[in-house]
Amino acid sequence: MLSLYRPGDSVLHRAPAGPKLVVLLVTCLAVFLVDELWFTAVCGTVVLVLWRIAHIPYRELGRQLRELWVIALLLAVFQVWANGWHEAAMTVLRLLALLLLASLVTMTSRTSHIVDALESAARPLALVGMRPGRIAFLIGLTLRFIPLIREKAEEIRAAQRARGVERRPLALLLPLLLKTLTMADAISEALDARGFEST
Amino acid sequence: MKTKDLVYIALFAAIVVALGLFPAIELPFSKVPITAQSLGVMLAGSILGWRRGGLALLVFVLLVAVGLPVLPGGRGGMGIFFLPSGGFVLSWPLAAVVVGYLTERLWGRYNLAVALVPNLVGGVLVVYAIGLPFMAAVANISLGQAFTIMWAFVPGDVAKCVLAALAAVAVRRTHPLLAPVATASSPSRSGTR
Repeated sequence: MLSLYRPGDSVLHRAPAGPKLVVLLVTCLAVFLVDELWFTAVCGTVVLVLWRIAHIPYRELGRQLRELWVIALLLAVFQVWANGWHEAAMTVLRLLALLLLASLVTMTSRTSHIVDALESAARPLALVGMRPGRIAFLIGLTLRFIPLIREKAEEIRAAQRARGVERRPLALLLPLLLKTLTMADAISEALDARGFEST
Repeated sequence: MKTKDLVYIALFAAIVVALGLFPAIELPFSKVPITAQSLGVMLAGSILGWRRGGLALLVFVLLVAVGLPVLPGGRGGMGIFFLPSGGFVLSWPLAAVVVGYLTERLWGRYNLAVALVPNLVGGVLVVYAIGLPFMAAVANISLGQAFTIMWAFVPGDVAKCVLAALAAVAVRRTHPLLAPVATASSPSRSGTR
């Protein structure tokens, strides 16, 4: 599974993921709390400048805006009708600024770096007996399961086609659940047999 | 938490991702895709219980947050949480916890009709109770207006409740992973905490 990370070596790419996430969070709070059109506009402009600094091609910006324009337009039309121009500009600008900033963080940070940042953010949870170190393990295991599940689903579909079973949701879902649960049992036994440390 | 629990958590997080690979239907005007993924929320809760089910969906939300394209149409990344529909995805861990908690309470007399209750309360009510105010806040509309946009999803969600209940009852018969809350001290079966 490909991540949404866009490789590069700009300042933003080299910046550690943790502070980038904090900046995103703080900006989000600020935009909602300050709630002024000029402030949101400034944030939006800064995001565009950062986009430039990150050397992410504006083509990418165009692609993301194409996905968003329907929702932005509908929102704008509705807001102009219901609350007037000022609120409309505010709502749409806020949506675009925050969304583009967030996707900038996603595009300039390696998945593994974000995982590491989240793990260190979750470190206090160790005090209540949880194991933040398990986050990366769980994510890795989940990603490994996805192709396995697809494979099992195709196996079941093929067997059912051979027997002439029609496409029914439960006829696929149930054997898929039972097969993958059995597979999960085997995997955890294998992990334990290899001395996977369990809590 | 045993190795087995971790593996089940990862399995159900992956099942939620896999359910997103079914073609999503987008309703006009809202851009909120109808996805089979909320079915996975109900399944995780009613098969794994509140703790593992909630953690499975937490892992899923983490996958979105770290920038993996696990939502329908290959979407993902933190930007999703700023869309009007972001609250629905964010509600899933809590929704799975509620489905799981209610399922564990009802485990002793679990059948198809009973199984619908946790799914409706956790998988539909909780999801809308978080998703709608979030949508109202992001899109700057009233709760009533948010519901007007979203009511068209309710029939599909109810259908998913029935499907999840059918699956959960059948899985309970052959591969039970929970113990009734009332008799938690009794010898536990494979995989129970």
